[in-house]
Amino acid sequence: MNLGNDRESMSTASSSVVVSDQFPAGLRVLVVDDDPTCLRILEKMLRTCLYEVTKCNRAEAALNLLRGNKNGYDIVISDVHMPDIDGFKLLEQVGLEMDLPVIMMSADDSKHVVMKGVTHGACDYLIKPVRIEALRNIWQHVVRKRKNEWKELEQSGSVEEGDRQPKPSEEADYSSSANEGNWRNSKRRKDEEEDVEERDDTSTLKKPRVVWSVELHQQFVSAVNQLGIDKAVPKKILELMNVPGLTRENVASHLQKYRLYLRRLSGVSQHQSTAFISPQEPPYGPLSSLNGLDIQALAATGQIPAQSLATLQAAGLGRSTAKPGLPMPLVDQRNLFSFDNQKIRFGEAQPQHMNSGKQMNLLHGIPTTMEPKQLVNLHHSAQSLGGLNMPVSAHGGQSSQSSSLLIQMTQPQARGQILNENTVGQVPRLPTSMGQPILSNGVASGILVRNRIGENGRGTGYNSVSQTSSMLNFPLNPPAELPGNSFPLGSTPGISSGTSTLTNKGVFQQEVNSDIKGSGAFMPSYDIFNDLQQHKPQNWELQNVGLTFDASQHSNTLQGNVDVAPSVLVNQGYSSSQRSGQNSNASELGKAMFSVGEGSEHGNPQNVGQHLNNFLVDNSMRVKAERVSDTSCPPTVFPQHFGQEDLMSALLKQQPDGIGPAENEFEFDGSSRLTSSAISG
Amino acid sequence: MEVGQMQRRLMEYTKSLFMEGVLDNQFIQLQQLADESNPDFVVEVVSLFFEDSERLLNDLTRALDQPNIDFKMVDAHVHQLKGSSSSIGAQRVKNACIAFRNFCEEQNIEACFRCLQQVKQEYYLVKNKLETLFKMEQQIVAAGGSIPMMELSF
Repeated sequence: MNLGNDRESMSTASSSVVVSDQFPAGLRVLVVDDDPTCLRILEKMLRTCLYEVTKCNRAEAALNLLRGNKNGYDIVISDVHMPDIDGFKLLEQVGLEMDLPVIMMSADDSKHVVMKGVTHGACDYLIKPVRIEALRNIWQHVVRKRKNEWKELEQSGSVEEGDRQPKPSEEADYSSSANEGNWRNSKRRKDEEEDVEERDDTSTLKKPRVVWSVELHQQFVSAVNQLGIDKAVPKKILELMNVPGLTRENVASHLQKYRLYLRRLSGVSQHQSTAFISPQEPPYGPLSSLNGLDIQALAATGQIPAQSLATLQAAGLGRSTAKPGLPMPLVDQRNLFSFDNQKIRFGEAQPQHMNSGKQMNLLHGIPTTMEPKQLVNLHHSAQSLGGLNMPVSAHGGQSSQSSSLLIQMTQPQARGQILNENTVGQVPRLPTSMGQPILSNGVASGILVRNRIGENGRGTGYNSVSQTSSMLNFPLNPPAELPGNSFPLGSTPGISSGTSTLTNKGVFQQEVNSDIKGSGAFMPSYDIFNDLQQHKPQNWELQNVGLTFDASQHSNTLQGNVDVAPSVLVNQGYSSSQRSGQNSNASELGKAMFSVGEGSEHGNPQNVGQHLNNFLVDNSMRVKAERVSDTSCPPTVFPQHFGQEDLMSALLKQQPDGIGPAENEFEFDGSSRLTSSAISG
Repeated sequence: MEVGQMQRRLMEYTKSLFMEGVLDNQFIQLQQLADESNPDFVVEVVSLFFEDSERLLNDLTRALDQPNIDFKMVDAHVHQLKGSSSSIGAQRVKNACIAFRNFCEEQNIEACFRCLQQVKQEYYLVKNKLETLFKMEQQIVAAGGSIPMMELSF
């Protein structure tokens, strides 16, 4: 197991503590299992692999250990079934708080449980009895995660290309030790290189990718909050944030994502809100199409009346209003697609969102790029909400928002939908997941969600998009991804039917109207759009936020929305072109989407979700490149046309791009373009 | 009995356990983990297994004795027993647990009772066999011999 290739380089390069020249030897593993037999065996096996092992038989103790020693461990291995705490919860917590890779284990190899692991963000799942061979390679998860983190960090606002200094013996460092410094350096370098390349490839914007780290996002959120979500324009946000190297475009796209995110959160409620909008009618029909996420988002936004939320959730989750037993398995499958992607990409544990069934997944899938930390925030919020029903707040201002969101969500839980363990766990996740995907999209999601909050009551939900500030700390990193994805689809302002649109939170707002139903998760924004439509101005905000922050596009709510969506979609490679073509695009996407996953049609929220996720992820990648160019999207066109299919396809197309952190490629930096085109639309 | 003979007997005995399915490959994994620093690793782990299993079996007996059986809890216990038995290679115990879980899902009380009996039976069987095995090993070591490594191809 000793990869140590190059000691010298390692030692020289690393300024930080060198754990060992022989990575992965010395990897610090924390094992959590209530079964003493297994625990002992694992410990022995890991020691044989030359890892440093700490045993723990209770999750609480494990969390304390982790918290007390933040950098004391490299990876966590945990059993799924434990008496004091569900392994998945631990997984989420760890992912949120410490952002460590977590491997789940169980004697249970049923697909849905494995899926849960994936959606909750586990980086691997081992079936007991665990063989030593399976343990030998766990170091890869640590490396992968670090790599992703570095990548993200690199992209933080202040990191410019120039910051990347060539790192010495990258390869050597990389393999040689667990030394974080070295490894990170090498990874970083690699990442930087990759980033640079990617960037260059993106003809649209040659901006250094901004990595929306947790801190950065926090700053962003507080700036937005300060300004008020409605008034939060990129320029002002930028000023408030005062981060050197951050451009207005970065902020704009991030904002867009954030709004989407918020929307998504409120979207959950949207579904509900659809209920809201159309007052509590039990429109679970449309809702059902909504992804659970949406509902949750909506719920989260706090605006959604618990009931609505519950219903939405029900709708989202199981499509049936109070269906405690969500067809998780289905979702799982779907999530599989989306989450897998996500997970892989992000390496974070986000996902748990399986709750909402697909919807959630969608979210998860989307924001792959989200900063783990940011996600953590989300998770936290989400987690607390869902699982613990605790007031989430913790993450700063934003968390409060998310908390509220989460809390909202919890309510429904009480309902019964969430009660379901799965859902519970999941529900909270939703926000998280939502956040995540959204986060990555960054602002958009957040914003979206936020709006919901404000609006939920209104039914429009989105109007407030701008405000919800901190909804969840969205790790905007890959803002592009989500927003892009979500946007385009979501923007079906045209959907006008509040209900329908709302449901679609996800990218495919249209879903609501159109088949995309499932994709709700993707684009909460869509829902928002719908809402927005109703409130035109608001939509715009949301939409625009992401896309075109250049100007206060608020005016064009629809436009904005539309723009976003279509453009995004379009970019995605869909060539969704012209809004008129949106329909076609949407359908394409939808098709793509479906093809991605199970090829289920829109009707399948789950599929959609998954697809969406995939899409989003992919799309984000793609969107970036293509972005706006297409956007000649006529605002109205969105709504149906886009349908998830288009998105999906777009997303799918992007897949090859390596979804990865969608850095802001997707950002709507190009939004300016979008806007113009969109607006003109 | 001289060492060589004892060793052969041990080998035969161990082989029979595998043939009968009492133990599976995982047990060999455990044996391979033992080294100079942990020469008694297998004994240590198996002892942990015995302790834990007996506790679980007691819990199971109690749980099935309730007027309102909490199948979830029963299932959780069985699941754990399944996990630990599979980790040490107690194949038959593991299989009995699998069957047990199925009936738990169905909430079939009668069948659960039967399964519990079955699990107990398998457990005592493997316990007995392993204790015998360990004793044989001890005798070999006491006589100055070394424990031969099992090489079974599964």
